[in-house]
Amino acid sequence: MEAFVGVFTIFVLAMFVGFAVITKVPPLLHTPLMSGSNAISGISIIGALLSVATPNRLTTVLGFIALVFATLNAVGGFVVTHRMLGMFRKRD
Amino acid sequence: MTSALIGIAYLVASVLFIFGLIGLSHPRTAVRGNLLGAIGMLIAVLATLIDREILGAGPAAWATIAVGMALGGLLGGTFALKVQMTAMPQMVALLNGFGGAASALVAGGALIDATDTSVQLTVSTVASGLIGGVTFWGSLVAFDKLQELVLPSRPIRFPGQLAVNLVVALIALGFGAIIVADPSATWAFAGVVAAASVLGILLTIPIGGADMPVAIALLNSYSGLAAAATGFVLDNNVLIIAGSLVGASGIILTRIMCRAMNRSLANVLMGGGVAATSDTTADEVYAGRVKSTSAEEIAMLFDGARRVVIVPGYGLAVSQAQHAVRDLTTLLESRGIDVEFAIHPVAGRMPGHMNVLLAEADIDYDRLKEMDEINPTMNQVDVAIVVGANDVVNPVARTDPKSPIAGMPIIDVDKARTVVVIKRSLSPGFAGIPNPLFAAENTLMYFADGKKAILDLIAAVKEG
Repeated sequence: MEAFVGVFTIFVLAMFVGFAVITKVPPLLHTPLMSGSNAISGISIIGALLSVATPNRLTTVLGFIALVFATLNAVGGFVVTHRMLGMFRKRD
Repeated sequence: MTSALIGIAYLVASVLFIFGLIGLSHPRTAVRGNLLGAIGMLIAVLATLIDREILGAGPAAWATIAVGMALGGLLGGTFALKVQMTAMPQMVALLNGFGGAASALVAGGALIDATDTSVQLTVSTVASGLIGGVTFWGSLVAFDKLQELVLPSRPIRFPGQLAVNLVVALIALGFGAIIVADPSATWAFAGVVAAASVLGILLTIPIGGADMPVAIALLNSYSGLAAAATGFVLDNNVLIIAGSLVGASGIILTRIMCRAMNRSLANVLMGGGVAATSDTTADEVYAGRVKSTSAEEIAMLFDGARRVVIVPGYGLAVSQAQHAVRDLTTLLESRGIDVEFAIHPVAGRMPGHMNVLLAEADIDYDRLKEMDEINPTMNQVDVAIVVGANDVVNPVARTDPKSPIAGMPIIDVDKARTVVVIKRSLSPGFAGIPNPLFAAENTLMYFADGKKAILDLIAAVKEG
């Protein structure tokens, strides 16, 4: 239970940080915000890595699929965001 | 010692994610912000690879990891480099789905492997399976609707929909309860995911095309929350932090989108609010009042104009008119006319959709104005050009409290000296109601495809 309170605290505080930071993003950049934050949710990559490494066959299979999906999510998200942001320029 | 090192690396990754999002607060710093996020991800992955479990797993596991990451990276990278800017909503929908699915699969694997099954582990596994399943299938449906493959983009509704959704949700929770009561009943996790998958489909089919910005923002938030739930399963801080950042982001965007339509989230999710309850028919509004115009006539309007505002809508994306619009902007600028763009928050199919399209066409982001910024000066605009937008410029939102779009903030183009509406026909927008703007005293209708109209307009201005 104590351990839970610890991680729950982190969860709540991170939510507050998220709200504080995201409200500063202008509507101009809302699409890159979605694709960029989406890439960050590819963090489940690290969970997938640990699943692949377990001896259990079923877990390894689940982990492998998760690894492909999460990597796709992270790489695709960061690359497409980079491509989009490169287009926002000021020419004066 | 290693685990402390990994913990520190995860902290660094979390901090980089936060800095990355801070960077997105301005276009000047945004590219660097995104890179910081990517570096954070790289650090988290590298740190995980030196974990004892992975180092000790042997060559077979290492090969599996290498293949999985290469495959995912290749697919993701290819999609990201190939996708057209007009298809960005579909792309983001799909990526949301993959993120959600990955989180659910990891949680399932952790449940199967678990030796110490605490309540935290079982409850968060169920949450991850539920949210992940809804996200994956909801995103696939959203993708399909946006791409217009199988399902129509209009809302799909049937009698008793709410009750069916509720039953399916209860079934998912029932399977979840089995896991919490008996963690060795791992088969029930498949039940949770299966029911959640059905629920994801059912929740997304009633959302109509023009409401997609809300659906995508919401699914974005779900994909983050699924990752956070998996963080609780694994007791992993960086998953929890990254997941909640994304969750918060999606929630904020969802709220902004709903406010920009003056509708509640529940109303959007039910596909409601789109039935035409207004008692004025199209004939009453339009009969004998609509004035049709030509490219030459509009070109003459520009002769005396100093300030032109262009209002883009989804039609701009459909006809791929962004580059033509840029050429028109350059041409008008060269004649000393000030050109700006007025962008409604829900124009297009996802938050910020129009901005990306116009940026792609090399239009300076300083010219892209938010609705609240441009509305106060709308009465000083000589010519307002509406390209492929309808409901977001319908003055009925201000005047008729019984209209389905009553109270929705709109771009006040009707206050401009002259309004030119480029549109194929007088067909209604998503709200299904006639738009009195088209019949207004100061409005000229230019019936044509968006791109072709702008190209003709450019030719006419050059000749004139």
